Amino acid sequence: MTMTIKADKKKSAATPEQGIKVPVYQTKELNLWYGEKHALKNIDLDINENEVTAIIGPSGCGKSTYIKTLNRMVELVPSVKTSGEILYRDRNIFSSDYQVEELRTRVGMVFQKPNPFPKSIYDNIAYGPRIHGIKNKKILDEIVEKSLRGAAIWDEVKDRLNENAYSISGGQQQRICIARALAIEPDVILMDEPTSALDPISTLKVEELVQELKEDYSIIIVTHNMQQAARISDKTAFFLNGEVIEFDETDAIFSNPSDKRTEDYISGRFG
Amino acid sequence: MRYIEHERVVKRMNGRLVTNVIFKGIFLAATSLAILALVLLAYRIITQGAGHLSLDFLSNFSSRFPDRAGIKAALIGSLWLMAVVAPTAIILGVGSAIYLEEYAKKNKITSFIRINIANLAGVPSIVFGLLGLTIFVRAFALGNSILAAGFTMSLLILPVIIVASQEAIRSVPGELREASLGMGATKWQTIVKIILPAAIPGILTGSILALSRAIGETAPLIVIGVPVIIQFLPAGIMDTFTALPIQIFDWASRPQQEFQTVAAAGIIVLMIFLLLMNSIAVIIRNKFQKRY
Repeated sequence: MTMTIKADKKKSAATPEQGIKVPVYQTKELNLWYGEKHALKNIDLDINENEVTAIIGPSGCGKSTYIKTLNRMVELVPSVKTSGEILYRDRNIFSSDYQVEELRTRVGMVFQKPNPFPKSIYDNIAYGPRIHGIKNKKILDEIVEKSLRGAAIWDEVKDRLNENAYSISGGQQQRICIARALAIEPDVILMDEPTSALDPISTLKVEELVQELKEDYSIIIVTHNMQQAARISDKTAFFLNGEVIEFDETDAIFSNPSDKRTEDYISGRFG
Repeated sequence: MRYIEHERVVKRMNGRLVTNVIFKGIFLAATSLAILALVLLAYRIITQGAGHLSLDFLSNFSSRFPDRAGIKAALIGSLWLMAVVAPTAIILGVGSAIYLEEYAKKNKITSFIRINIANLAGVPSIVFGLLGLTIFVRAFALGNSILAAGFTMSLLILPVIIVASQEAIRSVPGELREASLGMGATKWQTIVKIILPAAIPGILTGSILALSRAIGETAPLIVIGVPVIIQFLPAGIMDTFTALPIQIFDWASRPQQEFQTVAAAGIIVLMIFLLLMNSIAVIIRNKFQKRY
């Protein structure tokens, strides 16, 4: 069983469609344990530049764990152990000389629940640049405007930059959080179910935004909404019980899944 | 087959309502009793001591003659004591809380330390007095100075400040921490820019309440050997001094009836002092009310 899956993955990765894709992340033989619980099992996954990669799967399948491993946020859980390697731009993120702060400056993250700081909208966006040493007010102003425009929320908040970020709606807060991630000028943006706490209209706005952002960033998005994965992603990985069952072009996964379990999941038979 | 029959519910309804009323009465009585005791105490003290309150009372030193006895030395002494206790206890307390919550590994040793800090908060103050006598007064040879008393009082209220600060830090949502770390902030930047600003109302409220406990404590000062009658003001932290509760204790234990009035006036001053500190705590809490 395992053999055939691996063969499938090789085949799909080896068929370049337009030009040669540059991988940003290469995961090799990744295993992860929470204490005794084996949460990720032998993950092999290559994620390409300027693509949207969706990760789908039922609750508890390890998809959130995986995305949090990509910027090592998973290490906030005390009992976590890992083996194998994840190469980000050809450097192993687990190697001892890789500072986690450096990695997280290149890899931004947007969380499940909008989590702005209890500060003004301006200070929320300027937080990242400030911690990385930018003090010049003019430069900060520029970054704030550029990031808010990038997250398609500039017109909605430009007159209320000094208001508390809690005074705007949940959907706007989530786009503020995306803008805040853009402000550190990342290379990759990780999104952990970014629309699960939002209403349908806000969800649509975030989805459109993801489409625009992939021009400049590589995006990895965890979602439990299969329509969302089908709508916005280029590639989709299906996780089940800590394993990658299938990883392929999104069209292929949804129209012609090669594994029975993938088919069962996307057709709504479980999950 | 229904399990809840309407008729039986109606039959039992009266009994249930009576129980409801009885318990409401019991809780009301408990609250009233506590308030009544407080009002009686305040009434007795105020009627007894208000007559003795005057500017002279605040600006005179203590005296053998009740009508000339004033609280100046004790009031200034208590302020000096606070000037040592507040920075010492808050810096050490908040520092320990940050270490325990943010840096310490979550293992058995840490939880053992946590439990014992909470236990320390329950140790009688006289024990801290003996500790202060041994360490600060004798071993460090600080004598019965403001510094020795201040350090002893700091030890006494340290556990309370640590526990209150830990609670305040723990109540900062984890998502804020993740957001900051996720942008490449270091732990220290996250603590200074995100966690402490969000935790400051809780930390300050807990600290001020702990400080007002230190102002009212008598036992440790008696053990350290703080003198009662002092006819000068301390010029620095190495000088000896006296404090409000000590002064009140001395007056109340004198045989002359008139001194009871003086003691009551002293208590009023102490209570106003405490009320002021607690109001500051309330104002701070309301001003920085959490926004999440």
